Amino acid sequence: MGEMTVRALDHVNLDLYEAEMAVLLGASGSGKSTLLNIIGGLDVATSGTVLYRDRDLSAFTDHELTNYRRHHVGFVFQFYNLIPSLTARENVALVTDISTHPMPAEEALNMVGLGERIDHFPSQLSGGEQQRVAIARAIAKRPHILLCDEPTGALDAKTGKLVLQVLDRVNRETSTTTAIITHNAAIGNMGDVVVRMSSGKIVERIENETRMDVEEIEW
Amino acid sequence: MRALDRKLLREIWHLKGQAISIALVVASGIMSVVTMRGSYESLVNAQQQYYSETRFAEIWAPLVRAPLNLLTKIEAIPGVDQADSRVTFLATLDLDDSGIPAQGRFVSLPEAGRPILNDLVVRRGRYIVPGAPDEVIISENFAVAREFEPGDTIRVIINGRARDLDVVGIAISAEHSYAVPPGSLYPEDDRYGILWASREILGPAFNMDGAFNEAFVTLTPDANENAVIETLDEILRPYGGLGAYPRRSQASHQILQAELDSNRVTGAVIPIVFLGVAVFLLYLVLGRLISTQRGEIAVLKAFGYSDREVGAHFLMFAVVAVLAGGAIGTIGGVYLGDSYIALYDQYFDLPSLRYQLTPSLLVFAFLACVIGAIGGAMAAVRRAILLPPAEAMRPQAPDRFKPGFLERMGLGRLLGPNGRMILRNIERKPVQGFFSSLGVAMSVAILTIGFFMFDSINFMMDLQFRLIQREDLTLTFREIMPDRIAHELNRLDGVNRVETYRFLPARLRYGHRDEEVAIQGMEITGRMRRIINADGNEVPVPSTGVVMSSLLANRLEVQSGDEIIVEILEGKRKTTSIKVTGVIEDFLGLSAYMSRDALWELSGEPNVVSGAYLAVDDERLATLFRELKEIPAVTGVASPDSMLESFEEQLAEGILIAAGFLLGFAGVIAVGVIYNAARISLSERGRELASLRVMGFHRREVAFLLLGEQAVITLLAIPLGWLIGYGLCYAITEGIQTDIYRIPFIAEPRTYILSAILIGIAALASGWAVRRRLDRFELVEVLKTRE
Repeated sequence: MGEMTVRALDHVNLDLYEAEMAVLLGASGSGKSTLLNIIGGLDVATSGTVLYRDRDLSAFTDHELTNYRRHHVGFVFQFYNLIPSLTARENVALVTDISTHPMPAEEALNMVGLGERIDHFPSQLSGGEQQRVAIARAIAKRPHILLCDEPTGALDAKTGKLVLQVLDRVNRETSTTTAIITHNAAIGNMGDVVVRMSSGKIVERIENETRMDVEEIEW
Repeated sequence: MRALDRKLLREIWHLKGQAISIALVVASGIMSVVTMRGSYESLVNAQQQYYSETRFAEIWAPLVRAPLNLLTKIEAIPGVDQADSRVTFLATLDLDDSGIPAQGRFVSLPEAGRPILNDLVVRRGRYIVPGAPDEVIISENFAVAREFEPGDTIRVIINGRARDLDVVGIAISAEHSYAVPPGSLYPEDDRYGILWASREILGPAFNMDGAFNEAFVTLTPDANENAVIETLDEILRPYGGLGAYPRRSQASHQILQAELDSNRVTGAVIPIVFLGVAVFLLYLVLGRLISTQRGEIAVLKAFGYSDREVGAHFLMFAVVAVLAGGAIGTIGGVYLGDSYIALYDQYFDLPSLRYQLTPSLLVFAFLACVIGAIGGAMAAVRRAILLPPAEAMRPQAPDRFKPGFLERMGLGRLLGPNGRMILRNIERKPVQGFFSSLGVAMSVAILTIGFFMFDSINFMMDLQFRLIQREDLTLTFREIMPDRIAHELNRLDGVNRVETYRFLPARLRYGHRDEEVAIQGMEITGRMRRIINADGNEVPVPSTGVVMSSLLANRLEVQSGDEIIVEILEGKRKTTSIKVTGVIEDFLGLSAYMSRDALWELSGEPNVVSGAYLAVDDERLATLFRELKEIPAVTGVASPDSMLESFEEQLAEGILIAAGFLLGFAGVIAVGVIYNAARISLSERGRELASLRVMGFHRREVAFLLLGEQAVITLLAIPLGWLIGYGLCYAITEGIQTDIYRIPFIAEPRTYILSAILIGIAALASGWAVRRRLDRFELVEVLKTRE
């Protein structure tokens, strides 16, 4: 049996603006993670262009992509991916050590409401707390883009809301362009723009007139 | 093929780097057993076969002259199985060149039939024809060194008269596997040969018609060896008996036995160490490898596979690696064993010597590896099986970390987050870290042993040939000569200095223990031959009493100050007592030293000497050799330089093979441990490393984290390895104490530095391989999956 070419993304055209909060909605396999990975410089599109402030990411070398991630992009994943051998503060410091204008690790952790648990190891934190450390780690470098792949996927509703509130607050206070991937349609209400994806294509793009307060979201 | 089996095959293929390195460790362990132990057993078998086929005697009794009919009396001694007699003499060979005069030992063959005991094996040509005059068989090593072929003639000087003999055959015999010329320590095949001739020729030529000057016997299984020796001595005393001695004192057997004994250390101890290391590594590496498959094991269980099926599946990984490695090790071992034996074959005259692998040995080596592999795999599989299947359904909780001891001591503040991650990873699994370090340390230790042996032998040679034997030539006289021969020798052209010595065979007795040695009587003011202890310092020749080597003192259980009984085995055969005035540490032989004058007094034979040491002009060596050949009293001329040369030649080849073997083995172990540890770390911490890459860490920064841990483990392993190596070297020096020599315990700084450097190279090579793996790491793939 030969290998079949699967188009993960097909004719996708998307603009993200500075300070914007975008929510990418779609079922599993709709191509939303591939899109996020390409925007974040983790993956390279086989054709087409990806422009970041007039520079074409699709022409970047591996080394350039690493530097792009290092200085411009913050990632938050479904499974936190904290370094188990480092405390909350050290996990954040890991990033601030290699970036050019970072905020102090303490400030980033205060921002996500974890100022009290700064010297705890991941194994001593709950899932929601771990995810908030992951967010602090992502924003501490003052990225221009914050990419979140199912940030509430592994959390219960109450904890999930807490994490979303943090993302909302960070976006408002730091004006970081933020993209959140989720299969939960309700979360779309918190974004400036909602992009709905299906089978590798963008099927709908909605601009919300006002962003709903996370507290009011029902799921 | 079941899906589970297909999974096994694919995973082995996927983990081929690790599978190969584990298989190579097994291969090295089995190979060392098959090669070294196999060679040793082959040597011992060949020796036994040779001895029984040529009816090698068990007791020798040299004497001056006895009538042939005395043999019936010897045969009648209780405990004697068979007895035989012969005539034997030393003679000078005239070989028509200007080299050092060569010597031959004539050994008589019976007038009809083959010798009852101490038969020879004819390699080329034929056995002598009874009654044919002037036929001679010569020893093979001498024939090869001097390019003699059957059909050549050889000119010998018997009692001052030249005589041409026809070489009809070339042979070997167990008595002369090592033909060591008198006064020398090692065989010198181009200067000393054995000549077998009919008793009809030798009897009249040496005034031995109807008589013999050497008897030997074999013993019945229930015989008391000491009683037979005593009876023999009693019977032969009136005929100038020179003291009967058992096989273990027979020169050639003694050297062969010493070689075999030292081989037993390399043939038994070292392979066991190697095999142990291999088994330990299997345990370690397989255990960790299977630990990384924890989740999968739980999933299989959730599907309804039984513990037994899951266990068997993962154990198969161990079995496949062991079988593959075992096959490589066996084939390689047999091949290497063959070349090992081929090397020994140049040195040992054992006619049926060939490499033979005993099945029991192979089974043992295999079993050891299987047990190690399965033991390691079992422990890990068990931990995984005990895990409830539901565990696999949940994301794994992050590993527990806390600041370790070193960090609380303040080390943490000196390190950045990278250093702290490395430190905490090691501190979190100290046992694992320690065992990895121990594994690498073993390869450092093995290298240390290799270099150590080289250093020790070098040291020993240096001591023997540059500090102790400082003469240019060692002369041996046919019989004892008056001391004034020194003046004659001094007058020879090219001789600068002459010192004479007296060698006196004696039995030393203390309590119920006794040893036969030749007491060396030396000139107190002598500068050429000196007493040197293990530190290389000169010990003055005692004016009274005897100084002996610690090997001899230990045998007799005497200490400095004890009074021992001396039974002189020559001339007037006095029995007297003497005080031990010193014990020195040295390395070669069982030695007893006295001043020449004191020895004269002890034996009651003043002013006689057995030989002389000469300092000569190199340029006039050729003429000097010619002149020495003309002196009938001189039967042996040995040169320490040529002894050293022949010894070094033999040694160089052996060391090259051994060093290659050790290097290969240590390399396989070091790579096996470091590469596997890093690879396992990579799979255990894949998510962590991928996260770092996502956050913008460059490849080399991630590699630093992963390999930093291995670097720390390697650095810790080096001093540990030195320590283990030091201990093993010590054990080996204690183990290789034979009658002939001891190995000094010498470890040059170079040994430590070289072993550390070589391990460093192996570590870098492993790191490089893992780094390449890391470069192909799919970040996104790793992060998408749950642990």
